[in-house]
Amino acid sequence: MRKNILLALGIFTTIALSLSGLIIVPNWQFQGLKPIVKADGSQYPVPLTGDAAAGRKVYIDQGCIYCHTQQIRMKGYGADIRRNWGTRRSVPRDYIYEKPHQLGTMRTGPDLASIGSRQPSIDWQALHLYDPQITSPGSVMPAFPYLFETAQGGPPPPNSIAVPPGKAKAGVTYIVPTARGRQLIAYLISLNKTFPLPEAKQ
Amino acid sequence: MSDPQVAAPQEEREAVVTRIAVDRSAEWVVTIYWASALFWLCFATLAGLISSIKLHSPDFLGGVEWLTFGRVRPVHWDSAVYGFAGTAASGTLLWLQARLCQTKLPFPNLLIAGGVVYNLGVLLGVIGVLRGQSTGVEALEMPLYAVPLLVIPYVFIVIANFRMFFTRRSTHTYVSQWYLMAVTIWFPILILAAEACTNLGAVDGVSQAIANWWYGHNVVGLFATPTGIAAAYYLIPKVIGKPVHSYHLSLLGFWSNAIFYNWAGTHHLTGGPLPAWTITVGVVGSMMMFIPVVTIGINHHMTMLGSFHLLKTSPTLRFAVMGSMVYTLASFQGSLESLRSHQEITHFTHYTIGHVHFGMYGFFAPLMFAMMYYAMPRLTGNEWSSARLIRIHFWCTFFGMLLYTTAMCWAGIQQGRMMNDPKIPFLEIVAFTKPYLWLRTLAGLILVSGTIAFLINFVRIVSFHKIRFATPTLFNTDRDWNELMRKEKELS
Repeated sequence: MRKNILLALGIFTTIALSLSGLIIVPNWQFQGLKPIVKADGSQYPVPLTGDAAAGRKVYIDQGCIYCHTQQIRMKGYGADIRRNWGTRRSVPRDYIYEKPHQLGTMRTGPDLASIGSRQPSIDWQALHLYDPQITSPGSVMPAFPYLFETAQGGPPPPNSIAVPPGKAKAGVTYIVPTARGRQLIAYLISLNKTFPLPEAKQ
Repeated sequence: MSDPQVAAPQEEREAVVTRIAVDRSAEWVVTIYWASALFWLCFATLAGLISSIKLHSPDFLGGVEWLTFGRVRPVHWDSAVYGFAGTAASGTLLWLQARLCQTKLPFPNLLIAGGVVYNLGVLLGVIGVLRGQSTGVEALEMPLYAVPLLVIPYVFIVIANFRMFFTRRSTHTYVSQWYLMAVTIWFPILILAAEACTNLGAVDGVSQAIANWWYGHNVVGLFATPTGIAAAYYLIPKVIGKPVHSYHLSLLGFWSNAIFYNWAGTHHLTGGPLPAWTITVGVVGSMMMFIPVVTIGINHHMTMLGSFHLLKTSPTLRFAVMGSMVYTLASFQGSLESLRSHQEITHFTHYTIGHVHFGMYGFFAPLMFAMMYYAMPRLTGNEWSSARLIRIHFWCTFFGMLLYTTAMCWAGIQQGRMMNDPKIPFLEIVAFTKPYLWLRTLAGLILVSGTIAFLINFVRIVSFHKIRFATPTLFNTDRDWNELMRKEKELS
């Protein structure tokens, strides 16, 4: 009997140790992290609000994480910075407001940590989401037509984006993002981890 | 005429009676868990196949929101891990523990009810993800309302397992039992702690990412792997009729596995926004895994030494040996993969996908199939209807995995090297991987063919109760299905 209890206790101890060592200790280390106050009095990072915050939910429900990361590896380790995906490595402070985290583990598509600084154009983001083949021929990204309303010919509807001639499919000439489409675009454009933090020199 | 059973010594006869009583008590519970496992295997494979096709032909089922890649892909994982692996492992755990403890399975009705609730939980969870209610945490995507439906039935299994183990009739403990005890202690803690730290927000920021991959790695390492090892430790000696090579090695293998696997998960975050020590711990844990992997490998393969000719005839042994050999290979691959120099290239690529499938479908799944091939005839009192279908199942699993793993790992290495060269435009890398993604779809279709063969055999063994075969179905058994059907009709 004593042997049985020892076995059970030993098994329990192994997982209790790794839980404490890998999660509880780092959480102590980081839970005090505060945003940095910039020279102009504003802060980095700031919690998302409005459309961008709602757009993060769309990003999650569409499962963007399964093909896109949001983390930049340091200079000299991979080519993240040389590919212009970021200007410096990502650090814990970049993520203090991110719940749930969207670091990702797969780069079927490029990293999106700073996609807002790389592609700040609403039109580009909209066309790319509506049909990736318009902006990036050969891409394997799914199209998200259900995040847009479309118009075929006629005068441009309000807030519409013109589909470049020759790229239109099924006669669609204008697209208008739905509320969720607008939110997702706002979120993507808000993604910007280029502010130089003191602890991230590379 | 003397009946050999009557002539057997008293002790041996009692053992046979006990075995039959144990199997009768477990018949329905285990059959239901394994039938669910097969259902989820088909479901997960279908979701995987759709995801795979979408990655080379994004227009396939395009524009349908609930079937978009970002939803079908997590559904593939959730149905494979919680659906297939969860029910296959639970069935294995219950039957193996009952057999090794020589006790009847306690409260079978409660366990059956638990199985039904568990299945509903997985179903609710995957529907939630398809509807866009994913939590956004990789490996823990299921909406929170589905989680209690998974955990509560598992508590029944834990209680049943403890009760069997602490009231067992057998005087000694067999190595498989340590692993089964470990699984039941680890899994509830693992999932509850991980849900608390991620979806319930007990920890913040990057610590959440660590919790995420502590879970993502351990759900394989502390749930699927120990169950697979327990099955291999049971089946290989049982089928070939030799004891395990070394008791001391199995002891070392068990405890080093328990200690080191726990710490390996952070290698999924190499290069990420974490202090170097957390990653280093993961790399060290992964490298230390060579100790259990080598000791367990020696124990399995040395036991097999001299008995390889039995692979020609025994379906159970063939699947079990494939599983235990891939366990060694996939573990070596995984340990090396954790190194920073390796991760610089293969992290974020299809290489990882190749490795995960190699482990789950090359090691874990074949061992679960081996368990089913061994136990189902004993549980139902019936034999497998067709040796040819078992052969098809085996070779499809073998070649499907071979193609899947080589295509994905090779593509991943090249993809990673190209990504690390900023002069190569990203879309050129995408174009490079496409032929390999087609090969993956082909591998998936091969695996599907094997699954269908198994499904036919499985449906027959549970539904086909009138004929009792005198001999087990081995690869050299010639069994004609049409002939059997005629006999069945004659009987009725």
